[in-house]
Amino acid sequence: MSVLPSLLHDEAVKLWAELEGKPLSPKDRLGIPMQEMPAQDPLERARNMGEVALGYSAEQAQIEASRCLQCKTAPCVSGCPVSIDIPRFLGFAARGQFQDALGVIREASLLPAICGRVCPQESQCQAPCTLGKSLKNPLKAVAIGRVERYVADACSDQLPPPAVKPDTGKKVAVIGSGPASIAAAADLRQQGHAVTMFEAFHKPGGVLVYGIPEFRLPKRIVDREIETLRQIGVDIQTNFLVGRTRKLKDLLDKDGFDAVFVGTGAGLPKFMKIEGENLVGVFSANEYLTRCNLMKAYDDQRASTPIYRSKRVAVLGGGNVAMDAARSALRLGAEEVSIVYRRSLEEMPARQEEVHHALEEGVRFLTLKNAQKILGDDQGRVRAVETLSYELGEKDASGRRSPIALPGSEALLEVDTVIVAIGNDSNPLLRQTTPELEVNKNGNFVVDEEGLTSLPKVWAGGDIVLGAATVILAMGQGRKAAAAIHRFLSEV
Amino acid sequence: MNLIREKIQLSADVYQMVVEAPLVARERKAGQFIILQLDSSFAERIPLTIADADETAGTITLIFQAVGGTTRKLALKKPGESIENLLGPLGQPTHVQNFGRVVCVGGGIGVAPLHPIAQALKKAGNHVTIVLGARNKDLVILEKQMRALADELILCTDDGSAGRKDLVTVPLKELCQGPDKPDLVVAIGPPIMMKFCAETTRPFAVPTVCSLNSIMVDGTGMCGGCRVTVGGQMRFVCVDGPEFDAHLVDFDNMMLRSKAFRAKEQADHECFIQEYGVSQ
Ligand SMILES: Cc1cc2nc3c(=O)[nH]c(=O)nc-3n(C[C@H](O)[C@H](O)[C@H](O)COP(=O)(O)OP(=O)(O)OC[C@H]3O[C@@H](n4cnc5c(N)ncnc54)[C@H](O)[C@@H]3O)c2cc1C
Ligand SMILES: Cc1cc2nc3c(=O)[nH]c(=O)nc-3n(C[C@H](O)[C@H](O)[C@H](O)COP(=O)(O)OP(=O)(O)OC[C@H]3O[C@@H](n4cnc5c(N)ncnc54)[C@H](O)[C@@H]3O)c2cc1C
Ligand code: SF4
Ligand code: SF4
Ligand code: FES
Repeated sequence: MSVLPSLLHDEAVKLWAELEGKPLSPKDRLGIPMQEMPAQDPLERARNMGEVALGYSAEQAQIEASRCLQCKTAPCVSGCPVSIDIPRFLGFAARGQFQDALGVIREASLLPAICGRVCPQESQCQAPCTLGKSLKNPLKAVAIGRVERYVADACSDQLPPPAVKPDTGKKVAVIGSGPASIAAAADLRQQGHAVTMFEAFHKPGGVLVYGIPEFRLPKRIVDREIETLRQIGVDIQTNFLVGRTRKLKDLLDKDGFDAVFVGTGAGLPKFMKIEGENLVGVFSANEYLTRCNLMKAYDDQRASTPIYRSKRVAVLGGGNVAMDAARSALRLGAEEVSIVYRRSLEEMPARQEEVHHALEEGVRFLTLKNAQKILGDDQGRVRAVETLSYELGEKDASGRRSPIALPGSEALLEVDTVIVAIGNDSNPLLRQTTPELEVNKNGNFVVDEEGLTSLPKVWAGGDIVLGAATVILAMGQGRKAAAAIHRFLSEV
Repeated sequence: MNLIREKIQLSADVYQMVVEAPLVARERKAGQFIILQLDSSFAERIPLTIADADETAGTITLIFQAVGGTTRKLALKKPGESIENLLGPLGQPTHVQNFGRVVCVGGGIGVAPLHPIAQALKKAGNHVTIVLGARNKDLVILEKQMRALADELILCTDDGSAGRKDLVTVPLKELCQGPDKPDLVVAIGPPIMMKFCAETTRPFAVPTVCSLNSIMVDGTGMCGGCRVTVGGQMRFVCVDGPEFDAHLVDFDNMMLRSKAFRAKEQADHECFIQEYGVSQ
């Protein structure tokens, strides 16, 4: 539940006054209450674009970090895809040494302010946490991500830009500017290589700027990371679509690049392939979110990109993308927004916090239902979605119970807008224009364990390799490939 | 930043601009387009065909009709000013080969995208007949340039103020019925014109290509906003097109979809009139 932020702060100040400087036994630590995340009031925030989760106060961060049992085996670390030394950073945070805490995180992660906000912590670092296990509730694990966010927000501006080694005379092209590319560019530049980043859009940041909405990840945080890249001398070329503005092979053969990193993401929206999907008022989540975020259509006084002003919206899907689309629709003034999802609430792949926030804001969840058909009026505009109900059967290969249709359960959901948010495949442009690249049946690039593709001198990472995945995995792959590229460049 | 080198007014609301874009000029082929945005903060992204390019000068030529908010603002720009963002070349290039006899039909502003295609087809050795259509004499554009490259040119206006008083489909049908049945028809113009050109050539089984202008956002295949139904399949105009087999395109759905944002476009248009004190 959302509690008044000021109340949370006051309580934390009091509690910290009791805890500060005291030696704490594991039992004491188990007894410290988990710190709630201060958030905007649900009804208010459902109508504005401001960030929902407001962030801990210093005392809250110290209290939350003090809950950590400092386990010798640190199971949490194995849950983090980039193996941040979690107990060590929490130890610093508990003592109020936030800069040192950030230093520890930065050894492994370049984007803590972002990952602290968007990582699915409940299935990553917080899943194996001993504290959550001891309290028999994984939701009561140490809120690692929230502390990570706090130290990043509090100290990132105080950190000088990373040092850059002397020029090596080698040139690397980084294609795309999402988290995989940001990480690769930063690491390669620090090694002294000349790095040019090519981005198709007019703004760098990838999904972080066109997909994930302002209310979840403020653009200024992404802008700060991009600014750091500029400061250390990464040349960022926007409005440059590799494959069309220049072929990938030409970058190597004609433009003098010694190596290429491809981080072009999973930008091909999937559709349901059902009747009525081309009616007016049916959008892919990518289109809806791009119009709203990147093109700022929510600000209709100033923005010239149009967006639908919907009254009743159906969002098809249950992942982060679906939550973002549904909550954006509310903020654009929709009266009723329904998520239509085939499985149950527990099976939703979205981050738990986002599902809770969406519920609090009044998004309706129609679970165990799937859209069968979209119906239009005589103007070709969406009028309703026909849904079919499901029940859950046996567990399938992915360990989730697979939905089974219930014949005869058709129902009509009257809406004027449908947003299809059932995922993304990889964008085919680069493989079409670079036939030498080996891809799997989903169109993802095939790479070795270091990210090298089937083409010499070309590495890849992030969603273009993993399929739609997560920010932290993309960042981790970008770093791994950067290390391999650096080794390759040092040898030639 | 892309500097505007030249601006010429071709007719009441059609403008030609030469813009610096060396990377686009280097790679572009006939049939491709760009997406531009007047400023990064609040402007929208709109597609325009590359009407011509000069690789040595590093420039491309755009020809556009001022129809709404963005194209009207673009029309007000002067040489020496810039377009903040310009991405391209986008889309699949036209498939150019020697087909034999080709008829190129251009309606309204569609003559602009048709010009580089007709040029390329002529260069490939085709016999090129051009049919130009416009509502009236003042709205005919690029007649001189088209005449210069065509083996034959037929001009039509709705009101008969220049050339024949006919819709373009009338001479198109005559050509299909005649002794030299075309081997290929390329039709570019308003969707309704392309639809009727497709219906005209269908009974004669003359392969017909059209270039679609659906609403776009990114132009890279990411948003799906430009999707159309072609032969019962979903295709993205920005990456699979813009040219498609006109006999397979669902024009009715495409026309509905291009009106999706009418209300906002209308409002912007009125804003523009208030701000700049001009009207049509
Ligand atoms: C709406 C939404 C919400 C999400 N929420 C979360 C979340 O809460 N937590 C989480 O961990 N993950 C989330 N994800 C997933 C996460 O954003 C992605 O896994 C991550 O951004 C992938 O990073 P990337 O660097 O591989 O590529 P992207 O971030 O996809 O960036 C790729 C960039 O490359 C550019 N590009 C593509 N092709 C070319 C080309 N040929 N030339 C030049 N540039 C090109 C694109 O324009 C884009 O900017 C979400 C995704 C979406 C869409
Ligand atoms: C591949 C392609 C090539 C094109 N080439 C040319 C050209 O060479 N010359 C030319 O004059 N026009 C061309 N167009 C059409 C041009 O993009 C539209 O006229 C322009 O976007 C109108 O914008 P506006 O804000 O001035 O008008 P608005 O009042 O916003 O719109 C007028 C009409 O233009 C269409 N439109 C609006 N926004 C977009 C958008 N983002 N993308 C596509 N269409 C839109 C809609 O059908 C709308 O009803 C092309 C379109 C496409 C898809
Ligand atoms: S990066 Fe993500 S998974 Fe790793 S510790 Fe931080 S929040 Fe957890
Ligand atoms: S598992 Fe939990 S309690 Fe143990 S070190 Fe990690 S965060 Fe601390
Ligand atoms: S314009 Fe977005 S996919 Fe074509």
